[in-house]
Amino acid sequence: METTTIPSRAGADAPEPGTATGLLIIGASQSGVQLAISLRALGYTEHITLLGDEDHRPYQRPALSKEFLQDKVGSESLIFRTNDYWIEHNITLVKGERIASLDSNADGSGTAHGTSGTAYHYTRLALTVGARPRLLEAPGAELDGVVYLRNADDALRLKELAPTTTDVVVVGGGFIGLEAASSLAAMGKHVTVLEYGPRLVGRAVGEETSEYFLAEHRKRGLDIRIGARIKEILDDGDGALNGVLLEDGSLLPAQIVLVGIGVIPNTELGEALGLEVNNGIVVDAGAVASDGTTIVVGDVANMPNPVPGAPTGERIRLESVNNAIEHAKVAAYSLMGRSEEYAGIPWFWSNQADMKLQIAGLSTGFDSTLIRRDSGKGKFTVLYYRAGRIIAADAVNAPLDFMAVKQALAAGKSIDPVAAADTATMLKTLIA
Amino acid sequence: MPTVHFTDAAGATTTINANTGDSVMETAVRSGVTAIVAECGGSLSCATCHVFVSEADLPTLEPMGEMEDEMLYGTAVDREDNSRLSCQIRLAEGQDLHVTTPETQV
Repeated sequence: METTTIPSRAGADAPEPGTATGLLIIGASQSGVQLAISLRALGYTEHITLLGDEDHRPYQRPALSKEFLQDKVGSESLIFRTNDYWIEHNITLVKGERIASLDSNADGSGTAHGTSGTAYHYTRLALTVGARPRLLEAPGAELDGVVYLRNADDALRLKELAPTTTDVVVVGGGFIGLEAASSLAAMGKHVTVLEYGPRLVGRAVGEETSEYFLAEHRKRGLDIRIGARIKEILDDGDGALNGVLLEDGSLLPAQIVLVGIGVIPNTELGEALGLEVNNGIVVDAGAVASDGTTIVVGDVANMPNPVPGAPTGERIRLESVNNAIEHAKVAAYSLMGRSEEYAGIPWFWSNQADMKLQIAGLSTGFDSTLIRRDSGKGKFTVLYYRAGRIIAADAVNAPLDFMAVKQALAAGKSIDPVAAADTATMLKTLIA
Repeated sequence: MPTVHFTDAAGATTTINANTGDSVMETAVRSGVTAIVAECGGSLSCATCHVFVSEADLPTLEPMGEMEDEMLYGTAVDREDNSRLSCQIRLAEGQDLHVTTPETQV
């Protein structure tokens, strides 16, 4: 290990214990892990410190709302790499540490001060700090049984509460809400989903897909209330959550209220460094922030839209595993002094009950859609077009459609909507 | 203890002792076999953990499901008769498996 303990430059009377590293990655997340791994693959030789605020080895989040919640996979399956891997690759993991403040120098080096009292001196800094759940604002939202689902401890808490729970109210009909609702229903809970907006997953899919999921989830027994307004979360008088009162007067029994109403990017460290912040920390095409040196990757980054052909200057913040990985690869090139612009087709997935949704591309700005449906096989695909060219697809249980669209977009090609209407035709054969 | 031998497109082989019940994908990723990407973490959504199973070992595996079969049409390197998604292969006690990884997964 290259880590050396050196006297801290800060703190005159009581020196902080300190360590020195080449690259300090704050956030032991999907993007932080990928950045470290990609750097080693590219031959980066400096010591790397990967620091996270959770008391777990770096792990994958997607299963938390699905397989992990349902006990179909154990915690060991979520771990990104063995301890041996990190040691062999000269990467030091720091768990359970929060960075309280940063002292930075013009050359990009600096010192991060942990709440544990340790100082981390670095030559370069990367922020892969992600996002945190948006908090529910409602009377009673502070009750113990109101839970969120972002990290492993959230999932463990939910699993701890589940055995004594019969009724769950899920607030938010987005991906997290619907995945968790499906999991909890599969665990035998009576689940009600409250969606504030006019339709499910309104931020990520078009109306046809929203309607499809509404109908299919209701068919599978989920009680979904569209346009629902919470008046109050109720307790039993002894502080135990026991229901949700809606503005229309409905009273829903609940021992758990699970909130999934979006996330807020963790921009605080970026702000402390004086970086430009606007719906995330603003970065260039190489994942470099406005100071010209700090690397920012993943959910927290506001970056140029990576879709080939996107309008110049259009910016986007993406919350996805695919983006965390691909953005980190671009950032690794930047740290190696190579300029590689981020270009790629964003893709997303969400598994809800027996429905596997895969999304290729970004449907924002579409002007027409085409639906391919094979009810017998449970397949459902919406193709999104703008000015006659395909820009995205939502595919449920239809991986061939998903992959054909992803390939077409990556090649800068389209898929003829007239021919695509015939579900017997493979989309792959229509890429032109 | 199951053992998996990963041979990359250039012919170099890495042998890893696995845990019984783990998937071939998990075994590869955790030990840093970079030829397996596995973006989706094993939820059968991305087709980036493609492997070619040795002809000798192929009959020892459970047959693949319909979703895996469909997903295999979307791999970066075209599928062959011995293609599998390694997230769907669970290792049994004592199993000794030989797989080749494609040149790229994305």
